[in-house]
Amino acid sequence: MRISKSPWLLHYDGSSCNGCDIEVLAATTPRFDVERFGIINTGNPRHADIFLCTGGVNSQNQDVVRQIYDQMPDPKVVLACGICACDGGIFKDCYNILGGTDTVIPVDVYVPGCAVRPEALIDGVVKALKILDEKSEKMKRGEYRSLTSAEYAESLKKTDNKAEAAGMEEKDA
Amino acid sequence: MPVLAFLILFPFAAAFIIFFMKKDSKIRTFAVILSALAELAASIFFAVDNFMNHDMTMGTFYLSKTHIADEVMASVEFCLMLLVFSQAIRFRKFYVMILSALGTLPALYLDFTGISETTASHIKVDHLTVIMVLVVGIVGSLICMYAVGYIRDYHHHHTEFKDRSGYFLALLFVFLGAMMGLISSDNLSWMYFFWEITSVCSFLLIGYSQTREAVTNSFRALWMNLLGGCGFMAAIVFCVGVMEITNISQLLLFAALPSMAIFPVVMLSFAALTKSAQLPFSGWLLGAMVAPTPTSALLHSATMVKAGVYLLLRLSPLMYGTHAGIMVSVIGGFTFFAASLLAITVSDGKKVLAYSTISNLGLITAAAGCGMPQAVWAGIMLLIFHAVTKSMMFMSVGAYENSTGSRDVEDMHGMIVRYPRLAFVMTIGIFGMSVVPMGMCVAKWAALKAFIDSGYVYLTLFLCFGSASTLFYWIKWLGKIFSVSKGSDKHEDTVHGSEWTAICPLACIAIILCLVYPLISSLVVIPYTQNAFSGSVNRFVTSESSEGVFSLASGTDNVAAISTEDFIIMGVMLICMCVLPLMMKYVNSVQERRVLAYMSGFNTGDDRSFYDSFGEAKGQYLANWYMRDFFGEKKLLMPSLMLTTVFLLVMLTVCTVGGLFI
Amino acid sequence: MTVYSTAAVIIYLVFSPFIACLFSGVDRIVTARMQGRRGPKLMQPWYDIVKLFSKESTSVNDIQKILVMAHCFFAIFSGAIFFAGGDVLLVLFALTMAEVFLILAAYSVNAAYSEIGAQRELLQMMAYEPMTLLTAVGFYLSTGSFRVDEIINTELPLVIKMPGFFIGFCFILIVKFRKSPFDLSTSHHAHQELIKGLTGDLSGPGYGFSELAELYEEILMLGIAGLFFITSDPISFLWAFIAIVLIMFCMSLIDNIFPRVKWEVLLKTAWLVTLFAGGMNLVILSYIGK
Repeated sequence: MRISKSPWLLHYDGSSCNGCDIEVLAATTPRFDVERFGIINTGNPRHADIFLCTGGVNSQNQDVVRQIYDQMPDPKVVLACGICACDGGIFKDCYNILGGTDTVIPVDVYVPGCAVRPEALIDGVVKALKILDEKSEKMKRGEYRSLTSAEYAESLKKTDNKAEAAGMEEKDA
Repeated sequence: MPVLAFLILFPFAAAFIIFFMKKDSKIRTFAVILSALAELAASIFFAVDNFMNHDMTMGTFYLSKTHIADEVMASVEFCLMLLVFSQAIRFRKFYVMILSALGTLPALYLDFTGISETTASHIKVDHLTVIMVLVVGIVGSLICMYAVGYIRDYHHHHTEFKDRSGYFLALLFVFLGAMMGLISSDNLSWMYFFWEITSVCSFLLIGYSQTREAVTNSFRALWMNLLGGCGFMAAIVFCVGVMEITNISQLLLFAALPSMAIFPVVMLSFAALTKSAQLPFSGWLLGAMVAPTPTSALLHSATMVKAGVYLLLRLSPLMYGTHAGIMVSVIGGFTFFAASLLAITVSDGKKVLAYSTISNLGLITAAAGCGMPQAVWAGIMLLIFHAVTKSMMFMSVGAYENSTGSRDVEDMHGMIVRYPRLAFVMTIGIFGMSVVPMGMCVAKWAALKAFIDSGYVYLTLFLCFGSASTLFYWIKWLGKIFSVSKGSDKHEDTVHGSEWTAICPLACIAIILCLVYPLISSLVVIPYTQNAFSGSVNRFVTSESSEGVFSLASGTDNVAAISTEDFIIMGVMLICMCVLPLMMKYVNSVQERRVLAYMSGFNTGDDRSFYDSFGEAKGQYLANWYMRDFFGEKKLLMPSLMLTTVFLLVMLTVCTVGGLFI
Repeated sequence: MTVYSTAAVIIYLVFSPFIACLFSGVDRIVTARMQGRRGPKLMQPWYDIVKLFSKESTSVNDIQKILVMAHCFFAIFSGAIFFAGGDVLLVLFALTMAEVFLILAAYSVNAAYSEIGAQRELLQMMAYEPMTLLTAVGFYLSTGSFRVDEIINTELPLVIKMPGFFIGFCFILIVKFRKSPFDLSTSHHAHQELIKGLTGDLSGPGYGFSELAELYEEILMLGIAGLFFITSDPISFLWAFIAIVLIMFCMSLIDNIFPRVKWEVLLKTAWLVTLFAGGMNLVILSYIGK
C-alpha cells in the first residue's frame, strides 16, 4: 500500500501576510473536499506526513519551525507554499527575515505564487506525494532517513563554506 | 484463650512502658518494634491456631464470669470520663461533658447495680473475629513500626511542636489493644468499653500537636464519637432492660424476627455510622488529617473506622428488609457517591485519601445494610483490601511528605522519576484501589451483584455512579505520578528503614491477596456468611421465594458471586500487568528517535518550559483538574450534610417510635 | 470454551480491524454526503492505520510506548472475553483498565495538550461509565446472567424489556466513538480543540496502536449493542446487524446536527440520560423481577 493514500497534513503559518494561508485553508474546507484523497488537516506534527509552510522564516519562529519539523515522524515532506516561503519574497530584505523555509529545514517542493494559486498548491501536493512514496520505499529498504534540523543546519554550514570557498576560488581565478 | 488475652492486654502493657520512654533512643525504637512484632506474631499465631484446632463455625466462647474485670472496666470508664471532663474544662468545650456523662453514667449504673451482669460468655471467636484480628494485628503493628521512624522525622520538620513522641507511640498501642478487645467482645458492655477507649484515644491523637486547628478538630472528633457512644449506650440499656440480653450473639438470634430488635439495632447502627464517619459525621475524619500520618493511617485504615463497619457487618443479618437496613444502606450508598465526588475536588493527598476512605466505608456500610450474605461477603472483602491498601497509601504519602515537605497531589508531579521506589508503591496502592484485577474493584463487583440481587435499586445506582467518579480521582492522581519530567534527577528519599519495613510488606500483601482471593473467600468469608445468615435463611425463603436468594443464603451455590473462570481471567490480567515492566526493557531495546513533547513548537528542549513572547524560557505548570465549579466542597458538602442529617433524623425517629412502642 | 466461542474469538481477533474500518469508512462517507461532499474512499480508515504502522517510531520517554501497547493489549483482551461469551461486567472492567493505560501514556508525556486530553478522557469515562455498568445490570435483570453466552439465549430480543437502557447506551456510544462533543480528549473532527489531546504526543506505530485499540473497542461496543437484539434464533443476527447499521447512521446524524456540543453539556446530559432512561428502566425491571 502506498503511503500517499493517506497523507495527513500540517499547516504552519510563518511570517506570512495570511494571503497564502487563506488559500491553503480554503483548499481544505468542505467546499473542495480534500478528504476525497484521504487528506486530513491534522494540526499536530506527530500525526502529519506533509508539512505545509507559508511565509518566510523570521528570527523568532525559526526554532518553532525546526521543532515542528523534528517532531514529525519519517517519512515526511515539506512544502514551501508561496513565494515568501520559497525564498522570503517581498520581505526578503527585512531586518528580521532569515529567508525561505529552506533556511532552517530541508524543503522538498517549492510552490511559488503570491498568493499561491490553488491549482499550483494542488500540483505541489501531488508532487509531494510522489516524493513521499519514494521516501517511504527507500525507508522500507533501510536506505533513507531524513535529516534532522540540526543535521540540516550542519550541512548548510558546510555547503555555505563550500560555496564561499568556491566563490573565493572564482575570485582567485 | 491465652493468646487472645495476650493480644488484648499486651498492647496496653507495651503502651505503659513506652509511655515512660520520653526521649527518642535506640532502646525505645527497639522496644516499639519488638512489641509490634510480638503483636503481629501473636495475631498470626492466633489465626492459625484457630484454624487448626477450633471449629469456628458456631464461634468459640470464652469468659463467662468476669466480675473483677467488670469492676476494672467500670473504674477505667470513670477515669476516661474524668479525662474528657478535664480536657473539656481546659479548652472550654463544655458540651462534650454532657455527651460523655450521658454515655458513661448509665454504664456505671448498670455495672454497680449488677443489672448487666451475666453468665453468658463475654468473648466470642469466629471467622469474622479472626479476619479482624489479622487485619488489625498485621496492619496495625506495621503502622506502629512505621510510626517510630515517622515521628522522628515529624519532629525534625516541625520543631515548633513539643516532642511528646513517647506519649504518641504509647497511644498507638493503646489503640491497638482496644481494637483487639472490641473485635473479640461479644458482650455489649465490654464492646462499649473498648469503643469509648478508641474514641478518647483518637481525640488525644488528633490533638497531638496542640495547635488551635488540631484542638478544634480533636473536639469535633470527640463529640461526634461520644454522640455515637450515647447511641450505643441506649442500645445496651434497651437490651438489658427490656430484652434482657447482654450479648451480640443473643441479639443476632432475633434474625428471624428482626422487627423485635429494631431499636437496639438502629441505635448500634447509629453508633457505627458515627464511628465510620458516614456522611453527616464525615467531618471528624477530615479534621483528623491534621494529626501525624500514622494516626491517619491507624484511624482510617486498620482500626477506628473499621470498628464501625465491623459492627454493622455483625448486625447485618438483622438488617434485611427492615427500616434499620434501609437507613444504613441509604446513608452508606449516598456517602459512597457523594464522598467520591468530593474527592475529585481536593488536592491535598491526605484529604483525597480521607474522602476516599469515607467513600469506601460507605460502600461497606451499604453492603452491610443490604443484609444479604452475598453483600456481607463483598463487605468483608472490601474491608480487608481497604485496610491493607489504604494504610499503605497513607504511609507512602506520609513518607513522601517527610521527604519533600509536601503532601499535595500537585507536588507529586513526576514522582516516578524523582522517587521511583515510593512511586512504585503508590502505583500498586492506586491500582489496588481502582482497577479490576486488584482487590477493591473485584469486591466492588461482587457488591454490585449483591445489590442487584437484593433489589435495592438505589444502591445499584449509587454504586454505578460512584465507581465512575472514584476512577476519576484515583487515575488523575496516578497520572501525576506517571508524568515523566525530563532532566529531573532521582532524589534520595529520606524514608527510614522502619518505614520501609512497614510499607513493603503491605505492598506485597496487597498483591498476594489478589492472587489468593478465592482462597480467602472459601476458607473464611463464606463459612462466616453461611453461619451468620443461617438464622435468617427462612426469612429469605418465605418472603422472597426466590431461588437465587435461597441458594445464596444456604451457601450451596457459589456465594462468591464471581466464578472461577473470571478469577482465572483476572489472574491472567494481573500477570500481564506484572510483565509490563519487563516488557518495557524489551520495547526500549529497539533504538528509536526521541522527540520533544509537543508544545506548539515552543518547547525549550527539556519538556519543562517553553519560550514566552519575549523569547525567554518560562516553566510550564501542569495542574490537575479539580472541577470545583461542579462538585466543589462549598457546593456539595453542605447540601449532602443537610440531606443525610434530615434523613437520619427521620429514620431514627421512625425506628425509635416503631421499636419502643410496638 | 465451546467451538462456537473459540471461532467467535478468532474471527474477532482477525477480522475486527477490517470490519471496524469498513464501518467507519461508510460512516465517513455518509457524514461527507450529509455535508454535501463526496467523502473519502471506503477503505480510507484502513489506509490510515496501515500508514501509521509503516511510519518511523518515535517516542517522548521510556514508558510512553509500553503503556500504549498495554492499552492496545487490554482493549483487545476485553473484547476477546466478550466474544468468548464471558462476563459482561468483567469485559467492562477490563476495558476500563485498558483506558487507564492510554490515559497514563498521555500523562507520562508531561505536556499541556496531552495532559488536558487525558483529563478530558477521564471526565468522558466518568460520564459514560455509569451507563455502561447499568446496561450490564439490565442484561442481568432481564436474563438472570451476566454471561454473554447466556444472555443471547433469550426468547425475545432484550430491547423490548430494556428500551431505556438501549436509549442510554446509544447515547453513550456517540461519546465512545469519539464523535460528539467536539472538544473531547481526541475527537474525530478535523478541527479539534486540543490538537488531538490524549493521543497528541503519540506518533507512527504508537498512534497506530491506539487507533487499532479503538477499532477493536468499536467492535466490542457494537457487539454490546447487538446483545439487545440477538436471541436464540439465528436470524436475529441479521436484525442485530441492521440495528447496528441504523445506530451508526443515527450517530452520524446526531453528530452532524449538533457539531458544537461541549463537554459540560456531555457530563450533564450523560448523567441525566443515564439516571432517567437507565434508572427508570432499572426500577421497572427490578419490580417485574420480583
